Amino acid sequence: MQHAESLYSTALRMTRNKSDAEDLVQETYLRAYRGFDGYAEGTNLRAWLFRILTNAFINGYRAKQRRPQETDLGEIEDLYLYKRLPTLSVGAEDELLSLFPAAEVREAMENLPETFLLPVLLSDVEGFSYKEMSEILEIPMGTVMSRLHRGRKALQEALYRYASTNRLITDPKD
Amino acid sequence: MADCSETLKELNRFLDDELEQESLAELTAHLTGCVDCQQAFEFHAELKQLVRRASHEDSVPPALLKRIEECFGDDIAGDGDFAN
Repeated sequence: MQHAESLYSTALRMTRNKSDAEDLVQETYLRAYRGFDGYAEGTNLRAWLFRILTNAFINGYRAKQRRPQETDLGEIEDLYLYKRLPTLSVGAEDELLSLFPAAEVREAMENLPETFLLPVLLSDVEGFSYKEMSEILEIPMGTVMSRLHRGRKALQEALYRYASTNRLITDPKD
Repeated sequence: MADCSETLKELNRFLDDELEQESLAELTAHLTGCVDCQQAFEFHAELKQLVRRASHEDSVPPALLKRIEECFGDDIAGDGDFAN
């Protein structure tokens, strides 16, 4: 059951609720057990499980979702958040952590359009390579990269919105 | 020698460990001498960690593990080798 934890946290971000996430993970294991989608011995088991999870989500759960559409995302500049935060000291991990509590980061992720959420989850959270993501999502590598990069920028914009709404950021010039 | 804008273009590929050896060497050479780029890269590496940790905080409900185990009976090895 070594992959259950990763599958479950990914499912939670996808479905945004515990009971759907549990069903989705159970369904993933069932499909895997039945050899759904053909597993070839010696190939990447973890990537295969995530492909089943992703397919199960897209085919079974997406209808219930009310996520923003891809078109709601305008063009967001590079280094969006970095340019807007006051300079953090080197090794600013703690500062970032105190600015953005885990629950807020999760909420920002869960509000991303699915097209962008999936690559962010697979790359940033699960550490899959571009090639693996291309197989899991069944899209070309170039598409993986552009969706991942746009997803990251959208996430940064959401985090910035959170920080500025809650007045957590003061202008460094003050 | 890469300049700042060429270096920043490779930010994502660098964070994702997807750079070819040659590009990586060139990029590292630029970073070594450029504090601005170093800071930007460091920031995004930390942000990536933040996202990873935030999403891994959920623990699997014991009831779910039980449900999965029940589906498979007692012979589940727990090594993920259930494809046979």
